[in-house]
Amino acid sequence: MTDLVLSRRRFAQGLGIVVVTFAWTARSAIGQAPSNLPFSLRNNRKLNGWIRLEPDNSVIIFTGKAELGQGILTALSQIAAEELDVELDKIRMISADTTCGPDEQYTFGSQSVEQSGAAIRAVGAETRAILLASAARRFDLPETQLNAMTGSVVAPDGRRATYWQIASEEPEILRREIAANIVPKRSTDYRIVGQSINRVDLPPKLTGRASYVQDMRLPGMIFARVVRPPRYGAKLVALDETTARSVPGLVAVIRDGNFLAVAAEREEQAIAARNALALGARWSDDGISLPDISNLPEELRQLRSETSVVGTAGQSEPVPPGAKRISAEYTRSYVSHGSIGPSCAVALLKNGHMTVWSHTQGAFPLRADLAKVLGMQNTEVDVIHVPGSGCYGHNGADDVALDAALVARAVTGRPIKLQWMRDDEFAWAPLGPAMTMKVEATLSFEGRIVDWSYDVWSNSHAMRPGQAGGVNLLAAWDLNVPFTKSPAPHIPQPFGDGDRNAPPPYELPRKEIRNHLLLDTPIRNGSFRTLGAHGNVFAIESFMDELAEAAGHDPVAFRLAHLKDPRARAVIEAAAAKAGWTQGAKGDRERGRGFAYSRYKMIGMYAAVVVDVNIDRKSGIVRVPKVVIAADIGCVVNPDGARNQIEGGIVQAVSVTLKEQVTFDRREITSRDWAGYPILTFPEVPSIDVVLMNRSEPSLGAGEGSLPPTSAALANAFAHATGRRLRLLPMTPERVKAALA
Amino acid sequence: MSTRIIVNGEPYVIDAAPDTPLLYVLRNDLGLNGPKFGCGLGQCGACAALVGRNLVRTCATPLRDVGNDHVTTLEGLGSVENPHALQKAFIAEQAAQCGYCTSGIIMAAKVLLEHNRNPSDEEIKNALADHLCRCGVHNRVVRAIRRAALELTR
Repeated sequence: MTDLVLSRRRFAQGLGIVVVTFAWTARSAIGQAPSNLPFSLRNNRKLNGWIRLEPDNSVIIFTGKAELGQGILTALSQIAAEELDVELDKIRMISADTTCGPDEQYTFGSQSVEQSGAAIRAVGAETRAILLASAARRFDLPETQLNAMTGSVVAPDGRRATYWQIASEEPEILRREIAANIVPKRSTDYRIVGQSINRVDLPPKLTGRASYVQDMRLPGMIFARVVRPPRYGAKLVALDETTARSVPGLVAVIRDGNFLAVAAEREEQAIAARNALALGARWSDDGISLPDISNLPEELRQLRSETSVVGTAGQSEPVPPGAKRISAEYTRSYVSHGSIGPSCAVALLKNGHMTVWSHTQGAFPLRADLAKVLGMQNTEVDVIHVPGSGCYGHNGADDVALDAALVARAVTGRPIKLQWMRDDEFAWAPLGPAMTMKVEATLSFEGRIVDWSYDVWSNSHAMRPGQAGGVNLLAAWDLNVPFTKSPAPHIPQPFGDGDRNAPPPYELPRKEIRNHLLLDTPIRNGSFRTLGAHGNVFAIESFMDELAEAAGHDPVAFRLAHLKDPRARAVIEAAAAKAGWTQGAKGDRERGRGFAYSRYKMIGMYAAVVVDVNIDRKSGIVRVPKVVIAADIGCVVNPDGARNQIEGGIVQAVSVTLKEQVTFDRREITSRDWAGYPILTFPEVPSIDVVLMNRSEPSLGAGEGSLPPTSAALANAFAHATGRRLRLLPMTPERVKAALA
Repeated sequence: MSTRIIVNGEPYVIDAAPDTPLLYVLRNDLGLNGPKFGCGLGQCGACAALVGRNLVRTCATPLRDVGNDHVTTLEGLGSVENPHALQKAFIAEQAAQCGYCTSGIIMAAKVLLEHNRNPSDEEIKNALADHLCRCGVHNRVVRAIRRAALELTR
């Protein structure tokens, strides 16, 4: 980072609500908090807002982060139990709930262990110290003579007091401001952190106990569905409710501007009413003109944009004379989150208070936007996180929460459950934006990169509720008195948006990286796992292979020649060793092997990946038999949990790279079911070998970092096998055949 | 209109239209959580359950088609306290992330193991070819099914 220039003004512009959540610790300290205070504690200073000792001898830990299927509640339980010196089964987690617990904004960006983990570590250490000090007073012994173990403070003479005894006798003991002046345990003393503890939430989920928002059943609950327009921008011209109203069990037809919904006593009745209402709705024939999908790179570059330099070095010197100057252009298509369960919410308006149960990634920001749209005070709205299907980013979770709240407002006093249908999710949820990248570089006569020029064009990948200047909830834009979208935020490096991981990780004397934030948004845009990092790493790492080839160097050696960071070099060497990387090995037209490296967000997880491919030249089908990854996530809280996340990112990367693209004609989205949006299936999934580096540095999130380099390594493997390169994702059979013709 | 069905060994009288998809009867009339709504199109497998000895997509199976066949859902296999070999194996392999698709996959595995006591990885993958998982735990699922097969034949 030292050689990248980030102007103060641009950085300050970025300090909106979104950026504050990014734990930009160096320069954005808030208020009077001590400088060493973990990020999540700065706005949540009450100790008893994070922890409670319960009369049943359990410990409640509150976190603002949500369980999305990534196992975060298990990892955070481990950290709490470790610092407190209590048994793991004593910990109960309450997460992402505006009625209680801390506001940690969003569960995103692989930051939950980094942020909530650091906070809970400090909270645990401080609570333990407070209890120890109290026991010292009652035993009249110095604290240094006392030990804490399995929830008790023990004196050398055998006297002991459990944490819960102390808390019952001193009920106010945790009612204080967090001082964060206690040094947590050394990692070498860990007993629970670092263990592959099984997920606490899986036994109920795998036996059919109510675990998901979809499983909620409240007394008197009714069911609702929405009727969306046929395409972006269409307006409701006329509505015949007759057939819908004749559906048995119908409770209400809700219309507000272009927003349409139905509620019925039974779920299948709500679906029947939805279908009937859809037939009775007449929509305007206009809409938003969509890009020509067959010409995506050009179409993207023609949108209005705002350009900024997000990294530069050596520009005062001329480009040194070189052996070769080469350039290439890469593109990835629009990507859907593809959650298996369509988004769902339960809502209840009772006595002037709106409660929404939601699988949102940001209960507090969602609450604020719901209140705004409903014309209520924040204190009159609560959002309680309940798990849903995996989301992998900003899917329809928040939108369906508003849909449900709008229906609940129309049927006051009755809880309603609203789940989107499959086509609602595919056609209306935010999508990972298409991106196009141009890169150009000069190689010296010795085969080193002496100049690097990079451009990325992309819509914002960050359009969540709670952002300044508007409301980012689908139905809000359709109401009779509509709200407008928030403008795209400016998220500074190293986090970035479409420019996440746009600065290359290599030691380059001369470089310039430009981000062209696209302002027109023909396709609804949002956050998909890794934001722009996927497209940027795909481009950078594909191009590194193209440069290595031009220089006549081995791809692994070429990368190492441009890297100093010992942790980067270590994962590259570990992955190459594990995969048995052979310098100079040749592809045989059908089989090949590719390499890629990245450090997520430039400050997160290190990953080096080797991907093997088999190509059926006749059918154009690319198979991936094996993927090897070496990952450095610092101190590992739960090794198996981390592996599970890393494996999942790899499978998703192979799927996105080979198969996934949202399709549309000039008027509307056409991929509205799984036939139109195929993803990787069981027979197509590669075997995966994960090497987790053994490190003691602070923990880094593991949820995303495996995805971008896997995609690039797969593209490199294809080029290695065939001598042809695919620069446009996904690598569909048609494109493969065309490339090999 | 009432219909008699037997689910997880218990008889029930269901007061719903005969063309109601079985999924909503199981979830809303009987309060079962195993079968999940995924697509409503029979494409993803999240709603899969057993009718008789057959794996069916309950989102696309009308109540009237169930007849006298016994319906079995994830809950019919085992519980947190007394899990089925498949549920134990999925926990042991941590073969889930969000777990939304897992019920349908476990039910498909149950049918597979009834026909093939010792399936190869290839056979397991092919048996699950129509079940979508988005979190990417496929390899763990294959290991879990192999583990359960071992335990069941022991």
